[in-house]
Amino acid sequence: MNIDSHTDEFRHVQTAHCENGVTTALLRYHGLDFMTEPLAFGMGSGLFYIQIPFLTVNNGPAISFRTMPGAIFKRTCKSLGVEVTRKKFSNVAAAEAFLDQKVNKGVPVGCQVGVFHLTYFPKEYRFHFNAHNLIVFGREGDDYRISDPVMEDVTTLSKPELSRVRFAQGPLAPKGHIYFPEKVRPISDDMIRQGIAKGISRNVRDMLKIPGNFAGVDGIRHTAGHIRKWRDKLGLKKASLYLGQIVRMQEEIGTGGGGFRFLYGAFLEEASAYMQDDRLSVISEDFTKAGDMWRASAIKMAGVYKGRLTEQKDFDEIADMLVDIRAVEKEAFEKLSRLRLGK
Amino acid sequence: MKKEDLPQDPGALDEFTREVCYVKNEDGKYETALSRGWEVKKQALDSAWDDVNERINEARNAVMKGEKSPIHYFMELRLMDLPVLSGYTGFFPFFIKRHLKPSVFKGLSDRKLEKYASAFDVTLQELKNFKG
Repeated sequence: MNIDSHTDEFRHVQTAHCENGVTTALLRYHGLDFMTEPLAFGMGSGLFYIQIPFLTVNNGPAISFRTMPGAIFKRTCKSLGVEVTRKKFSNVAAAEAFLDQKVNKGVPVGCQVGVFHLTYFPKEYRFHFNAHNLIVFGREGDDYRISDPVMEDVTTLSKPELSRVRFAQGPLAPKGHIYFPEKVRPISDDMIRQGIAKGISRNVRDMLKIPGNFAGVDGIRHTAGHIRKWRDKLGLKKASLYLGQIVRMQEEIGTGGGGFRFLYGAFLEEASAYMQDDRLSVISEDFTKAGDMWRASAIKMAGVYKGRLTEQKDFDEIADMLVDIRAVEKEAFEKLSRLRLGK
Repeated sequence: MKKEDLPQDPGALDEFTREVCYVKNEDGKYETALSRGWEVKKQALDSAWDDVNERINEARNAVMKGEKSPIHYFMELRLMDLPVLSGYTGFFPFFIKRHLKPSVFKGLSDRKLEKYASAFDVTLQELKNFKG
């Protein structure tokens, strides 16, 4: 890989999820070499579940297995005392000028983009999804050098291509959103431990205490309730498309529901070393179990959209699987809550 | 998930990249591994595209029969729904719904049609003289 001298410190990091990746790579660039994807995900309290009421995405249910876009970067930086700059623009030229100014100084920056016009993505993945993240870390002639964390290697985008994805439209429109760490102070192990404790307790709150029945662990049961009704209410064809949508939200690249449970398990394993607390690695096993159960449910759902399973009892079985997952995740977070970390 | 259970089913990502997954190694510790894809996901994506293509075909037929304006067809072709198209054109969804009627579409100014054409990445002529 040929890297220009002014960006010689920037190292591409491939991760399971784009925002974790941008956070990890940017913080490592600023000298925080201990940063890993699981740590960024856990400190940023990234694990979540929500079925957004009344909203459909790509003609299916709007389900997310992670927290709000932008929150992981924001929270992880905040708990490490890292000052960040973030900007949105109404004007394309101003957004381009600001980016050029940073790139010319050799500062790698995170950008929120839409994937529909993202030229290097395979066509099959280009839906209107506006919360993808990538890093711009230099110039190569007229092109920008791009580090997209879900990719194995770096790539490039021309100026019009980059502006187009930075100003994608529709829900969660990025509006040229650009963000980067401004000032990074030395970080002690104690700060890391505090960040971990804070990240865990916030995640416990999000999953167990959030009001309403459609978010947190209760949200999983809420979706299960919907699934039971889909076959009668929507007809088999539409119901199986809806299940396909859940699987895509759950397992597809950079969104990962089942995958995020493994990621959280990996975080707790790392956390247990930092905190010198074996109880965390024991609870890590519960998340591994939840991740495996999510994958098993995806296989069952695949049976429906492949047309192999067509009966109401199959939908009921899928719903039951989700109810079981809810129980496992609820208990795991209750165990984490009882540890009373950082108190 | 154990490392040896990580699926390696080739799919749409194959020419593009492999994806990072967190798996358990022989010692029961987490590590990352690269996957080429998973059949279960591939089928979900395939069935989503089958649905998209079906919608595009239905839209084409509706336009040919004169039930809908070409905007309806291009909207489906570009996988857009009302909020997305509204974002790209600046028209409120209420007006876009009206523009889906062939009778209203006929009376639209070039200036308005130009906005739709650029949102759909087509020329004004392609939008106006829709051939199916």
